[in-house]
Amino acid sequence: MKRLSRYRRHKAAGPLLLIFALLGIGTTFSVASATVKESQNVFSRSASIEEGKQIFLKGCSSCHGLNAEGGSVAPSLIGTGAASVDFQVGTGRMPMADMSTQAMRKAPVYNEEEVAALAVYVASLAPGPAIPEESALNYERDGNSAQGGELFRNNCAMCHNFAGQGGALSQGKYAPTLMGVEPKHIYEAMVTGPQSMPVFSDKTITPAEKLSVIKWIKAAEAEPNLGGATMGRIGPVTEGLVAWILGLGLLIGIAVWLTMRAR
Amino acid sequence: MTTTEKAVGNVANFVDERLGAARWVKKSLNKVFPDHWSFMFGEVCMYSFVILLLSGTFLTFWFDPSQRDVVYEGVYEPLKGLTMSAAYASTLDISFEVRGGLLMRQIHHWSANIFMAAIVAHLLRVFFTGAFRKPREFNWILGILLLTLGLVEGLLGYSLPDDLLSGTGMRITSAIIQAVPVVGTYITFFLFGGGFPGVGFIPRIFTLHILIIPGIFLAVITIHVMLVWYQKHTQFPGVGRTENNVVGHPILPVYMAKAGGFFFVVFGITAFLAAVASINPIWLYGPYTPGQISAGSQPDWYMGWLDGLVRMAPPLETHAFGHTISWNILIPTLIVPGIIFTGMAFYPFIESWITGDKREHHLLDRPRNVPNRTALGVMSITFVMISLINGGNDIIATNFDLSINQIMWFSRIGIFILPPLAFIITKRLCLSLQRADRELLLHGAESGRLLRLPHGEFVEVHTPISPEKAFLLQSHEQLTPLEIEDVDARGVRRPGALKNKIQRRLSKAHAVSVPKVTEQELKEIESH
Repeated sequence: MKRLSRYRRHKAAGPLLLIFALLGIGTTFSVASATVKESQNVFSRSASIEEGKQIFLKGCSSCHGLNAEGGSVAPSLIGTGAASVDFQVGTGRMPMADMSTQAMRKAPVYNEEEVAALAVYVASLAPGPAIPEESALNYERDGNSAQGGELFRNNCAMCHNFAGQGGALSQGKYAPTLMGVEPKHIYEAMVTGPQSMPVFSDKTITPAEKLSVIKWIKAAEAEPNLGGATMGRIGPVTEGLVAWILGLGLLIGIAVWLTMRAR
Repeated sequence: MTTTEKAVGNVANFVDERLGAARWVKKSLNKVFPDHWSFMFGEVCMYSFVILLLSGTFLTFWFDPSQRDVVYEGVYEPLKGLTMSAAYASTLDISFEVRGGLLMRQIHHWSANIFMAAIVAHLLRVFFTGAFRKPREFNWILGILLLTLGLVEGLLGYSLPDDLLSGTGMRITSAIIQAVPVVGTYITFFLFGGGFPGVGFIPRIFTLHILIIPGIFLAVITIHVMLVWYQKHTQFPGVGRTENNVVGHPILPVYMAKAGGFFFVVFGITAFLAAVASINPIWLYGPYTPGQISAGSQPDWYMGWLDGLVRMAPPLETHAFGHTISWNILIPTLIVPGIIFTGMAFYPFIESWITGDKREHHLLDRPRNVPNRTALGVMSITFVMISLINGGNDIIATNFDLSINQIMWFSRIGIFILPPLAFIITKRLCLSLQRADRELLLHGAESGRLLRLPHGEFVEVHTPISPEKAFLLQSHEQLTPLEIEDVDARGVRRPGALKNKIQRRLSKAHAVSVPKVTEQELKEIESH
């Protein structure tokens, strides 16, 4: 300790301490935030309209109305279909945490069986897009990633960014990142057009093409960082920051060191 | 004398008798360069330029500057079978199939970003220290020219790979050219070889990017550096440093060793960045098609402020005589930068007109001692920073949970309010620092030692500052306003009343400063 304290007035002590402090805070934060695990209560139920209705009455009806007819703060769910419920509730967007600009993806409140029951209930009100079958989602077999990339750049990239990292929309709304989203949910989002997203019907983008899009997204997600650290895959903004802070920062540091002794 | 020495001597003598080079070499080797870290920015620019030349030459061996359609059959699976331009396909090949190609591409791009950053840092250093003053005004203008060339060269390089981001940049470039009243449309047809995207643009900008602009760069850099050599480097004030000498290290051996070593440091840091951090992953962007665009499409940072100005411009258009004038493009991309760059280029002459100072200056100013200039500089930085922030408004909005509209309105209002505010604050700060210097000189430094006097009063003991520091603190000149009379000695009104008035006002504002410590004051202090 005494040996260490000898260096406390060294020129490099301040900057070094700062770096250690920043690293420390960062590590603490990442450790602390990693320990919060999503807790899911797992008890099985058979999906039935009646059960779905019970869940709906408890958890959804205060906004969406007792018969899902909608209200002043929430839209009608009649005709939105099972796919919509599976997407909104399955990704944790519904129930909303707060009435802010946009429902955000978070840990789901309901387990799979409860989501299924809700979906069956909403689907029973009026016909709507159904949840795609597991067998219809084999994108690895039925998709073509080059074609998917082309479709993605034509239809999705203008909001979700070239690498599916998400982007800004007007008035604080945003297109969320597509990284780590289940293929089923991506498919459902295209079919139902949640929130600001348009509906991509099977006439606009055929089911096979949808699988291609999913295949491309999954390929982009799994792609190793070929050029090194990606800095978010959000283009030149972070690159410019790195060039200034790391590039020129290091160079200034060395220039200071080079000219130090001479004076 | 050994035989080797004799041989070398003979060769040297042979050359000298024919070229008379010995005197020049001797004189040059005795050149002295002052030492300060901020003097190294120019070197970073020069070394980055060398790195750009080397890595760029490597890339030309494989790059195919053509917009002809090819079907990609390379190794990158997600693009296989797509129709794309040969330019994009060859850039993919450089990235994935040429040995070391991706590293070289990333070195080239990182180096370009560092090059431009170093140019800006160098420019700021020269501006804030007043190194542009007589006799270096021409070199300042050459510097502005280099900055402008760098912006254009960077934009062209960004456009060459013909990926989705490049094409978006080109689309905006074509829109900017089209915004030039009357001739804009014709110029774009000429440049692009038809309607956008045309077929001629990539080969044309390739020639510009690898031949014409680097050629001009090389010529201007040579003159720029030769002028520094010829006019000698400026130096910060200090004991023994005058307007007539240069204090520092001779070029051999110390300066040469440091500068030469610094080249490798710059190369090393650039290569390090290129090795660990991805830049412009063109394979993710996909080939350019005019129908496509990505969210968060940004130019490289040095063009970002222009993009930001465009993003904050309200949609203004006028239609007259069958022509559309798009003020929303014309003002932020041509008029405002035109004013800024012209103003920058002429600033040395403007300042000398304001101060009436026509003398040569080789000693630098400490920024605080010329509050008006420093404030003007900070004001300009603020302007560019607000524009730059707005250029990344969508990235900022998504990453910090903000509304893009709010950022835009902040920029729209801030671009008018914050720069003048920055001017005022900086000027006050400079004056405060001057006042602190004056205090330091008159009363010494605070020692942190408290004394209790016999009658109970507490005082802090001040220790006198070192003679070197004292010299530095009083080495600057007291700024004085120009005295311009409206009437001449015979009571006749002088011509140019308005011009005189402006000059007098500006000169008065420029000369605002804290009175320097006089000899008498120093003596008084010493006597008690």
